Amino acid sequence: MAPPLLQITGVSKHFGGFAALSEVSLEVAPGERFGLIGPNGSGKTTLINCVSGALRNESGSIVFDGAEISRLPAYQRTRRGIARSFQIPRPFKTMSVLENLVVPLEYVAHRRTLHTADTWDEAMAILRQMGMAEKADSPSNLLSQVELRKLELARAMAARPRLLISDEAMAGLAGNEVDEVLKILFDLNATGITIIMIEHIMQAVMRFSQRVICLDAGRIICEGAPAEIVKNPDVQKAYLGA
Amino acid sequence: MKFWIGVAATVALAAGLALSGTNEYFFYAGYVVLQFVVLATAWNILGGYAGYVNFGTAAFFGIGAYTAVVLFKAVGAPLGVQILAAACASGLLGFGTGLLTLRLRGIFFSIATVAVIFIMHTAIVNWRYVGGATGVQLLRPPAMPLFDSYTRMLFVVMAVLAVAGVCIARYIEVSWIGRGLRAIRDSEEAAECSGVPTLKLKLFACTVSGALMGAAGAPLPMYMSFLEPASSFDLNYSVSALAMPMIGGTSHWLGPVIGAILLGSVQQIVTVTISNEINVLVVGVLLVVFVVAAPDGVLGLLRKLKWLHRSSR
Repeated sequence: MAPPLLQITGVSKHFGGFAALSEVSLEVAPGERFGLIGPNGSGKTTLINCVSGALRNESGSIVFDGAEISRLPAYQRTRRGIARSFQIPRPFKTMSVLENLVVPLEYVAHRRTLHTADTWDEAMAILRQMGMAEKADSPSNLLSQVELRKLELARAMAARPRLLISDEAMAGLAGNEVDEVLKILFDLNATGITIIMIEHIMQAVMRFSQRVICLDAGRIICEGAPAEIVKNPDVQKAYLGA
Repeated sequence: MKFWIGVAATVALAAGLALSGTNEYFFYAGYVVLQFVVLATAWNILGGYAGYVNFGTAAFFGIGAYTAVVLFKAVGAPLGVQILAAACASGLLGFGTGLLTLRLRGIFFSIATVAVIFIMHTAIVNWRYVGGATGVQLLRPPAMPLFDSYTRMLFVVMAVLAVAGVCIARYIEVSWIGRGLRAIRDSEEAAECSGVPTLKLKLFACTVSGALMGAAGAPLPMYMSFLEPASSFDLNYSVSALAMPMIGGTSHWLGPVIGAILLGSVQQIVTVTISNEINVLVVGVLLVVFVVAAPDGVLGLLRKLKWLHRSSR
């Protein structure tokens, strides 16, 4: 078996006296579609923040593609191939949709060459792939919710990641919109990008993931195929409180 | 291309005026307006593009002025050298300040920059070589040939500094650096996750901004033939440097230029016709009016008018 793309070992994070993550360990294989679930406050986003660099884990190690990254600033992790979308969309609101994608292109993929024309062409190609080409010139603060979610994913893609972390990209969307975003993620995965999906919409995450981990109160309570996860009594207890 | 024609025209106009028979007072007042063009443009690099509001303009400006004094007193350095050294000293101060404060966000960064003024002010007050609290009197060297008076020459020097400052700001604005700074202003987390080295970029902006402010301060001792700490570290410089881009518009290099010319001229006129105290009031009132009625400044208003015009057709 190929070595894991992402290997998290014994990662802990406290906020004051509150243990947001305690000794979390997991591995994600290259090309995998990986689901991360858990009730509110279980530490999913904290874990992702530790991987993407928004937060520093206090102990444990995070190895990406064979290199320890847990002390690197976030922008260097992005340059190594980890991109994420945000749960609450954070567009560069004073820029057009297209320009939003030019930022990661200029700072990651094209940072040594800076061929302006190429950069803008590639940004346009990514937008087309996302089905947002006609929105290229609109100001990003005038987008609808689903468009904002797609922009989050498009901007993450523009960093040419090997690992894409989608943080609740579908929360609050209507059924057909969920299908639309799911299709985008399936298509990206088909091009070889490893995807970690954090999601509350069970039907979506179960359909998408090959393997699922459930977090509760900062600990992994269950790991397995989607079908096993939904039947697991601990998971049911964490979600339903029964 | 249009921009470079404008640059050449501005420099030519300044030089032409200085060599013509225009009233001496024009240059005396014009120097101050141009000085504010440099300060406002410099402030906007960090405050406008990156959204980090700096209240420390007076510190960078004052350190520039005192660097010039030290060099003049110690080795009689020519004005050009004074300006370059002042830019280096204030750029260094900007780098140091940035290193210590740019991890702070929003209002906390702003408060920290106010402290820099008081630290620098106190340091100079206690430094006897540059005159301490009483200040230092300086004898102007003769003006360069061609120029009738030293003030006229300083006017042209400041015009060149203003043009250079605007060129630097514009280069930053349209390049990848400017896009990175705007990304920081819009969302620092998202910028970092898009591969933007936010701390490095903020440090760069703070250094360049500080250096330009220092350069603007360097000719001040020669302009006044005198320098003392209270007026060189005056908080009014900080307020004006912030108000002018706000009034002109912060998103474009032209904004601070419009703001500085507009507000600077009004201040000069008010100072002469009414009183020196009223001109501070004018800055305050205009700032409040613009923040409430036109948060995107004059440029924002113009853009809105253009948009209305287009949509009414």
